[in-house]
Amino acid sequence: MWNVIKLIARSGNLSEPAPQDTGAIEAEARRIGAELLGILGRAVAIRELDAGSCNGCELEIHALDNPYYNVEALGIKFVASPRHADLLLVTGPVTRNMEQALLRTYEAMPRPRLVVAAGACAKDGGIFGAGYACRGGLAGLLPVDAWVPGCPPEPLDLLRGILAAVGRLKTGQVEP
Amino acid sequence: MPLTDLPLALRPLAGPLPMRQGTADAATWPAAAHAVQEAGGRLVSLWGKTGACASVAAAYAVREGLVWLELPLAEGAATYPDLAAIFPAAGRMQRAQYDLLGIAPDGAADTRPWLNHGAWPRDWFPLRAEARPAAPGALQDYPFVPVTGDGVHEIAVGPVHAGIIEPGHFRFSVVGEKILRLEARLGYTHKGIDALFAQTPPEAGQRLAARVSGDSAVAYAWAYCMALESIRGIAVPARAQWLRALLLERERVANHLGDLGALGNDAGFAFGLTRFSRLREDWLRLNRTAFGHRLLMDCLAPGGVAVDLQASERDALRAQCDAVETEVRKLRAIYEEHAGLQDRFLTTGRVAPPLAARLGLAGLAGRASGQAFDLRADHPLPPYDTLGVNMATHRGGDVAARVTVRFEETLESLRLLRAMLEGLPAGACLSALPPPQGGSGAGWVEGWRGEVFVALELTPDGQRIERCHCHDPSWHNWPTIEHAVMGNIVPDFPLINKSFNLSYSGHDR
Repeated sequence: MWNVIKLIARSGNLSEPAPQDTGAIEAEARRIGAELLGILGRAVAIRELDAGSCNGCELEIHALDNPYYNVEALGIKFVASPRHADLLLVTGPVTRNMEQALLRTYEAMPRPRLVVAAGACAKDGGIFGAGYACRGGLAGLLPVDAWVPGCPPEPLDLLRGILAAVGRLKTGQVEP
Repeated sequence: MPLTDLPLALRPLAGPLPMRQGTADAATWPAAAHAVQEAGGRLVSLWGKTGACASVAAAYAVREGLVWLELPLAEGAATYPDLAAIFPAAGRMQRAQYDLLGIAPDGAADTRPWLNHGAWPRDWFPLRAEARPAAPGALQDYPFVPVTGDGVHEIAVGPVHAGIIEPGHFRFSVVGEKILRLEARLGYTHKGIDALFAQTPPEAGQRLAARVSGDSAVAYAWAYCMALESIRGIAVPARAQWLRALLLERERVANHLGDLGALGNDAGFAFGLTRFSRLREDWLRLNRTAFGHRLLMDCLAPGGVAVDLQASERDALRAQCDAVETEVRKLRAIYEEHAGLQDRFLTTGRVAPPLAARLGLAGLAGRASGQAFDLRADHPLPPYDTLGVNMATHRGGDVAARVTVRFEETLESLRLLRAMLEGLPAGACLSALPPPQGGSGAGWVEGWRGEVFVALELTPDGQRIERCHCHDPSWHNWPTIEHAVMGNIVPDFPLINKSFNLSYSGHDR
């Protein structure tokens, strides 16, 4: 235990600027967090759903939880149940084998509900395209509020996409 | 009877690793499997192809290297001898090949569909050149093996899990908290990658291969490039060879850092996740700066590497190895001295060495259960041949052993990385590609999870990919997890699962 406390004390608050980045990434993340709170007045709850990704997108979504982005402190939390979620964050080309699970997850969400399509695959199937095994992305399947480019998208781009989707609540572009 | 005594017409396969290719018949197909097993070898992968020269193929790892056997199937024949009784891991591979190709093992005990969840008809096979059904079908329920008895109940989990992870279904049969049996149903992320390869130009296949499993992008891209370069006789410049190894080790470290943190977290030690995820983020950011991509995707190209390492980044990479090593050593001491963590890690999810050998447990999980195989040490390519790789092996077979192997491999990779940065040869990092040429070749790379294998066959003119089969070590390790969890309590499943951290995408393809 002593070693744990010592290590924590020595390194201080890790949400400080990262060594190589002059803090630009963290500053932008904080700005996005403040805007999100301004719109919702509370944390945004996200249900993440892998609809057949290569797992690259999941690795980057996981990175949002590290101390640099520290999204919980920004008012973004990932929840286990779609019934607790404001926003569905979807990755992957929507495989035929996941299409039903995706739709059921969406149906289980309370309204108003937002959808963010993360990564090139969720847009149009990306490198996997459409075929016997893939639907080829979310277009035409769910109403998407924000498309995040990238293969995979970098953490900051994911945050921007989440903010863009939540921003649509303010402007009344999401059906209640 | 030893493999070499069987009439298999084994001939060397071009390429940097010792590989041979041979042809079997219905009698020598199981005989070869027996011979490999008796000699302590293992099944690496099993796949097939249809068309004019339909066949089923198997890759075996033996002491001398890799053996790729083909069993040609007669016109109209759709069965071949079952290997699941000899190598249990063959069972699911054979079921997958039926779903894709319509070729089935003779008299197999388990003929349930595996990748086909009902989205396409049971009598339509995606890799045969037949017209695609107009609309996808309705998904079907899967007949899990029922467990009955006093107080037994089922817990169904997935395909959508509680956390940010890939989709799959786990069916637990439990009494109270104790797991009697676990059966997994996978295939949810099946993307039809084998069919996509047929539409991909051979020179661009590494991009698709890198996305078979995003956490192993370098391993897959390297294996694909190795296969293509072997067919076309492309020599990889020394600098590119070293940079490929450097990228592979950076991928290994990134994954181990992520998983070591997650393992702490799954045992209720959030401090571990915080520390390791910070190290991982530093690591990925430097990947981005030095190589242009956080997960190192598309850094490899046939003939070498697509990105050269600038002298200015070399010092940064070296300094990072030192910084990460200091921190990892401190964290290792904390993990080892933490009674609560060790209580959760020790004896949990144990795969004893004999069971690991029987099931073919691969990669880091195999090495934690006494399966001392590591391609970097067994068949070292440059620069591993001169640098030497100290293989991490343990016999505990529990979560604690897998954690120990990850710590040791992280530290060994950091040592290798420093040596690579020190000795990195000067010169070109990409060879010009000679004119297309047909044939077959294989790639075999020790990724962070285990051995990644790519079997590539080009059309005779070399213009198109006839068949590209990508194999993930998860094929062996998923069935082994079902054994590892027996007798454990349900709350330990996430911890056990994370200690293996298998790929759904790499398995489902």
